[in-house]
Order: sequence, then structure tokens, then C-alpha cells
Amino acid sequence: MGSLSKKDLKLITDPLADNNPITIQVLGICSALAITAELKASIVMSVAVLFVMGLGNLTISLMRNIIPSKIRIIVQLIVVATLVIIVDLVLKAFAYELSKTLSVFVGLIITNCIIMGRFEAFALANGPIRSFIDGVGNALGYAVILIIVGFFRELLGSGTLLGFKVLGDPIEKTGVYAFGYENNGFMLLAPMALVTVGIIIWVQRSRNNSLIEEN
Amino acid sequence: MEHLELFFKSIFVDNMVFATFLGMCSYLAVSKKVSTAVGLGAAVIFVMAITVPLNWLLDQYILQEGALKWLGEEYASYDLSFLSFIMFIATIATMVQLVEIIVEKFAPALYNSLGIFLPLIAVNCAILGGSLFMQSREIPSLDLAFNYGVSSGIGFFLAILAIAAIREKIRYSNIPAPLRGLGITFIITGLMAIGFMSFGGMLTGGEEEEATEQTALIKVDEVDDVAVIEGNQEETINEKEIIE
Repeated sequence: MGSLSKKDLKLITDPLADNNPITIQVLGICSALAITAELKASIVMSVAVLFVMGLGNLTISLMRNIIPSKIRIIVQLIVVATLVIIVDLVLKAFAYELSKTLSVFVGLIITNCIIMGRFEAFALANGPIRSFIDGVGNALGYAVILIIVGFFRELLGSGTLLGFKVLGDPIEKTGVYAFGYENNGFMLLAPMALVTVGIIIWVQRSRNNSLIEEN
Repeated sequence: MEHLELFFKSIFVDNMVFATFLGMCSYLAVSKKVSTAVGLGAAVIFVMAITVPLNWLLDQYILQEGALKWLGEEYASYDLSFLSFIMFIATIATMVQLVEIIVEKFAPALYNSLGIFLPLIAVNCAILGGSLFMQSREIPSLDLAFNYGVSSGIGFFLAILAIAAIREKIRYSNIPAPLRGLGITFIITGLMAIGFMSFGGMLTGGEEEEATEQTALIKVDEVDDVAVIEGNQEETINEKEIIE
């Protein structure tokens, strides 16, 4: 893919900001919130979604002319479920601890609305290469939010990043890194994920006024 | 007692929306008006009441390790649990279509109020999540699985009804422009979730920690450790004695 046309490039860059699947299209929120207490889990989840979405969009796009429209939802679900089973088995084989942390949320990628939404809105009407790019773009948009939320929750909640101590350790241990910060365990609880996403939406919309919703 | 405990636990303590964030997409998308929210909530209860027991049967007699014993001794060693995602979602998708057809034929009035939401439900995370949690929490019997399906559905119903009512009122408030709509809905849901966390100690008299997502995940971790499970069982037995 050395030479991406402008139109194709837009497919990747759009979902990163102005058409972000989570903050603008309101898709795929469930998993975005539940597993972001740690940055590592967020990253793994993003990679999993990237894999499922890229390949899923590609597969559906290749089959788009032979899927009868009446049963397309079931066909789509089967394609996603197959890809998700692969992800789940790979995680269980190579990162068992992490797959326990993610528990049912790997399975819930199947019903992640981003995936179904992009199948319906894009892959059923476009060629395979563009669909693949669209899938990757949207998965990246999803990943950006997940990683931002995971970053702040882990940093402020347990004072670590990817397991390394950054904040809130007694001075004897880390010296310069202790900023007199006490870990805020509240950030690790589920409700704070919602509030964090709410604040991201707030920041994003105050920077770009065209996104503001009418009341 | 067991039934009552599971019932209240799934509605309040492990509320689908506030404790595990399942079904958030439809929760946010269909909560602008109370009337539509009620329609979706009712449809979710309905579908969960059917799919969770059905998937429990599938899990028990086809998917679990050794579940195929009823076919004959030579099948007893099969473990098909890796197929559970695909089986569950296929069951849900077909059941939703079947329910749609049956309801349309026999109860046109109900179809008019539920109809448009039924296709939406096939991809609602709450439905699949219900089945997956049913599997990972190892619900022991069919009637408890039915109970779990209905009560989780009611939990979702309550949540979506509450947020829809709030959103109808909040239209008249003066919210900072960038926060209008989605942003404030997220923050309100967060605050409601904090409120729901206080139900955590309801069934245990506050002895156990709140049954939040974190502790639920830790519990899943502990399943490997037989000693820990035995310890838990003793605890729950003690709790039951206290309750009785």
C-alpha cells in the first residue's frame, strides 16, 4: 500500500478525530469502558479490534455480492464470531493472565457495534481494499480513545503506566517521580471510565464547534 | 432464597449497564425519549428471558467439557467450549428473528411497539454479555438461568428508563455547549453508576467488598484455584446461615 490516494487516506484519518467511532458515532462503547482500568488491557483490546475489524471488513466486502440481504446480519455475526474465536484462542495461548483480565469482553467484540456498523455502512457497498482501509481506520479511532482513557485511569488510579511506577510512590523508592501524589483508587472504579470519556468528548467538541449537538 | 438473591443481585448489584457497561450503545442511542426507551427495555427483557436459558442448555449439553456424555461414553472427552461464542451468537440471532416473526403473526400490537427494536437487539452487547456471564459465573440450574436472564433484563430496563427520563428533563437545563447531548449523558451515567455502587453491600450486609467490575474480574481469576473456591463456598454458606 505504498501509494494511498487522498481519498483512501481520508478513510484512515477521519475516524481518528472528526468522525471518531466512540465520541462521534457513539459505537462500541461497552468494551471501551469496561477494560480501560489498565493501559495494557486497553492496548491489547485495541489490537484485537484492529485485527477483527480489518479482516472482517475485508471478508464481508469480498462476499458482499453473494450474501442475501435478508440473512446478512447472521452472516456478519458468524464472520465476526470466527475471527473473535481466533483472537480469544491466541490470547489464551500467549497471554493467559491478560485473557483472564479481559474475561468476557473479548467475546463481546462480536457485538461491538463499531464492527457491525462498519459492515453495514461501508463493507457492503465498497470494494475489498477500501473496506480494509476503512476497517483499520475505524479500529485506530477506537484505539485512540481506549488508550487515552486507559492512560489516565492507570496513571491517576494506580500511579503506574504499563505496570511501571510513575506516580504516587513513597519518596525513598522512586525519588524524583514522587510528586506528592496519592493514588486515587476511585479512577479504577467503573464509573470513572464514563466520566473520563465524557470529558474527552467535552474537550473534543470545544475544539471543534461544528461537532456540537443541538439540544 | 437463592432465587431472590440472584434476582436482586442481577438487577442492582451487577446491573448490566452500571456495573459492566453492557448494552451501552443502544442505551445511549435509544434513550432520548421515555416511550422508545420503554420499548427497547421491554424487548431486552423478553429476548434475554428466552436466550439465556437456551444458551444455558447449549452450554450444559453440548459445549462444556464432557457435556456430550449423553451421546455415549466415547464422546465424553470432547471439550467444545471454544465454540461457545459462535453458538451463542447464532442462537441469539436466530431467536431474535424467530421471535420477530412469531410476535408479528400472533401479537400485532406488541409487534408495533417492540418490532423496530428486535433487529437492534441481535447486536446488543447486553444479550450476548448475559449469556457469557451466565457461562463464566457457572449458574447451576435452568430455572436460575431463566431468573438471571429476566432480572438482568429488568436491570437494563431500569437503567434505560432512568436515563431517558433524565434526558427529557435535562433539555431545559443550561449545559455548556460542547457537553450537550452525548457528553453530559456520559457524565450522568457515571454519576448514576456511582449511586448504584452503593447497592454493593446490599446482599452481604457490607461484609464483602462492593461487587464492582474489578472484583468480578478477580473472582473469575480465582476459579482456577480450587482452594479459593472452597473457601468462597464456606463463606457463602456462612452468609446463608446468617441470612436465614
